[in-house]
Amino acid sequence: MATVLADTKHVAMTDFKGKVDPDWCPGCGDFGVLAAVQKALVDLQIPNHNVVTISGIGCSSNFPGFINTYGMHTLHGRALAVATGVKLANHDLTVLVTGGDGDGFGIGGNHFVHSMRRNVDLLYIVMDNQIYGLTTGQTSPTSRIGMKTKSMPFGNIEAPVNPISLALAAGATFVARGFSGEQKHLTELIKQGIRHKGFSFLDVFSPCVTYNHDNTYQWFRPRVKKLEDDPSYSPSDWMAAMGKSLLWDDEIPIGKFFERSDVPALHEAEPVLNAGPLLHATSRIPAEVARSFVEELM
Amino acid sequence: MKKTFTIGIGGAAGQGVATPGDIFAKIFSRRGLHLNAYNAYQSIIRGGHTFLTIRTGPEKVTNMGDRLDLLIPLNQDAMNRHLGLLTDGSACIYNADTIKPGAAAEGVALCPLPVAKLADITRNKVAQNTLAVGAGLSMMGIGFPALEQVLNEQFKKKGDAVVSENVGIARAGFDYANANFKPFAWPLPMTENRYAVLSGNIAMAMGGAAAGVKFYCAYPMSPSTGVLHWMAGHARKAGIMVRQVEDEIGVVNMAIGAAHAGVRSMCATSGGGFALMSEGLGLSAMMETPVVVIDCQRAGPSTGVPTKTEQGDLWQMLGAAFGDYPRAIAAPLDIGDCFKIIPEIFNIADKFQCPGIVLCDLLLSEGRLSVDPKDLDFAPVVERGDLITAPGSNGDGAYKRYKITESGISPRAVPGVPGYTHTAASDEHDEDGVLISDEFTNPTKRRAMMEKRMRKVDGIAAAVPAPALSGPRDAQVTLIGWGSTKGVIEEACEILTEQGIPANQLQIRWLVPLHGDAILKILKDARHTIIVENNYSGQFARYLRSETSFVPSGYIRKYDGEPFMPHHIVEAVKEQLAGKSRLSIPAHEILV
Repeated sequence: MATVLADTKHVAMTDFKGKVDPDWCPGCGDFGVLAAVQKALVDLQIPNHNVVTISGIGCSSNFPGFINTYGMHTLHGRALAVATGVKLANHDLTVLVTGGDGDGFGIGGNHFVHSMRRNVDLLYIVMDNQIYGLTTGQTSPTSRIGMKTKSMPFGNIEAPVNPISLALAAGATFVARGFSGEQKHLTELIKQGIRHKGFSFLDVFSPCVTYNHDNTYQWFRPRVKKLEDDPSYSPSDWMAAMGKSLLWDDEIPIGKFFERSDVPALHEAEPVLNAGPLLHATSRIPAEVARSFVEELM
Repeated sequence: MKKTFTIGIGGAAGQGVATPGDIFAKIFSRRGLHLNAYNAYQSIIRGGHTFLTIRTGPEKVTNMGDRLDLLIPLNQDAMNRHLGLLTDGSACIYNADTIKPGAAAEGVALCPLPVAKLADITRNKVAQNTLAVGAGLSMMGIGFPALEQVLNEQFKKKGDAVVSENVGIARAGFDYANANFKPFAWPLPMTENRYAVLSGNIAMAMGGAAAGVKFYCAYPMSPSTGVLHWMAGHARKAGIMVRQVEDEIGVVNMAIGAAHAGVRSMCATSGGGFALMSEGLGLSAMMETPVVVIDCQRAGPSTGVPTKTEQGDLWQMLGAAFGDYPRAIAAPLDIGDCFKIIPEIFNIADKFQCPGIVLCDLLLSEGRLSVDPKDLDFAPVVERGDLITAPGSNGDGAYKRYKITESGISPRAVPGVPGYTHTAASDEHDEDGVLISDEFTNPTKRRAMMEKRMRKVDGIAAAVPAPALSGPRDAQVTLIGWGSTKGVIEEACEILTEQGIPANQLQIRWLVPLHGDAILKILKDARHTIIVENNYSGQFARYLRSETSFVPSGYIRKYDGEPFMPHHIVEAVKEQLAGKSRLSIPAHEILV
């Protein structure tokens, strides 16, 4: 009975208010992402107990503590691996993975690529600020060439990774980019990403106001152009998406680059899960099946 | 002494050493005979040298033994390496067309098979193997129908023509031996018993299925890959989600994710993969999410010797991940125990919400043993601990995931249950799961949370039995081992006792918790204590000393990649009793 009541009651913004307030720096882009996620969950009327928010380590990875859902604050770079396990054990859950560019594209790069090719059904939001913030300002995998940080005081000499192109190449079935300075647009992308069956990748420009003086709100604002504003752009065209992903500097596209719905999500592809989530499966192996396992060895 | 019969089959990888081994194993187990098989092989798909030892007998066979009764060399190399080790009463069956025997000891029967005359070798490349199996069984006094039946099963997928060709070749070998070779002095008996023959890897995988594992993932790594293979092959029948993951870091974290969502979750690897999992073990401990990790030890360090056995990972297990946290570490004693130990350690891990580590090794993982099907219990006791999977009275604000309790155990709600939302964190947190590692750092809370988690150590100790001495109390020698050496030490004790040196054995199965007091109580009465282990530095001896201050009279260690044989231990014990040494390192004579 309690379940029915909980599931049918109206989902409100207050349901998602975390036990503590975020300790991000004032003006941090991550506040905007948190608000957009909360708004998206309310718009989609998903009860908080059906959501698991999973992160790695970093400023933005403190996210699960600031939203009232089931949360996991895991190891640096490992959130996607943990999230895959959660989703496969109980695919009725809505799984959100949140983290930063260092967490996802640096230490977690391997899991990032493989989770996309597996098409795990989750939304992965990277709060991309092109810097390591929690460790007080070092170069990240998305820092531009020439950017001066504490770890590269004479300027970065390594080319940054392009998360959108990488996601497209790795087989992500939903690829988008948002900007925490564009709240409504970001909320819409989050809703689409949650609704998408399969791996949804959402790279969000979430400026670090303390350590990144290159990629600021002021720097992004005149450059970001919404793909949705171009009526000729079709997110079903992978080649066009790849082309758009290469744009930078003067014009930086945000919005949905690509989506395809014809690929089964990982949990849909494995017949073991046809009967429903593993969590609800009976733990005992039926006696006749057990007997057949032993007889194979005799 | 127990009566046993041992066959050694040697050849290059790809020459088909495995198939005759499987055929012998099947026939022996169906005669109601016990058996133990160990394959010494190289990390090579074709070529090299592989030597399979199958030892059988009417009573339990716990190790490969000291003696070969029948040698089947499939090439000259195998003949050269092993013939010299045969003793009076044993025989060597070989292809007379391609292999020349060397000098054999007195009483060794050389049994050349004229392979080209007995079979069409242009059609059947492994004809020599099949002929040798037929000849060998004839000399063991086993009737042909047993072989015919196994060949039928072995080749039926390939069609009737292949079956009848192989049966024909086997028959030719059988008849030729009947006519030309002397039967063994001890015809193999028959009993009413029937056994399953399985590897430790299969046993651990089936033990997982029996324990209710619903999620298994792994990255291939010798010698643990057999667990993945069984799991993958049986996943759909057993209702287990099995995934091959990009690396062992992903493996352990994925397993923890599934466990966190409420299902029993397991993974297996070897030392190198375990090193990558180390940080994940800490995550399991800190989030208090139970996960079971199997480590199939191989000789290290680094890539080490992937196809050879060692007990060299103990300190890695003891020190895996930084910080202090409760853990359970169990080392199965034999292949049957590989099955039993999985449900047991899951109950500990679930109840105490901590990682459970199974410390297996190549000897058990890839060795094979006959096990009474009754011992493969698919309905073991399953205790999930304090797990909340449905809404209850303590939800909605009252619930604290990391509630401080006397036992240190806090009720664990799985995602999806209304009213119990919380965050499980790898950072230090308070009872509510709120991080206290950054601005909220609070020494009082940190101390309380450490103590809460560590209180579970006492509970784990109480839940696991202390080890016991086997054999006479007042023996002259007490041999102390852990895990997979149980069988070989047991046999060494029997031999020593027979030779007038009464010996007993203390075999350790639970490494954590160790029960140091109980061990000291046992050992304080012992006259001469020797710790036997398969590693260089005496990892268990050092651990025992660190926990109990106990120093034994001597040590027997082996780190050449091959397992102990009984005589290695027997001779070392005698050497030490004679005061010649405190540390014996036996040399392995069957060289691969």
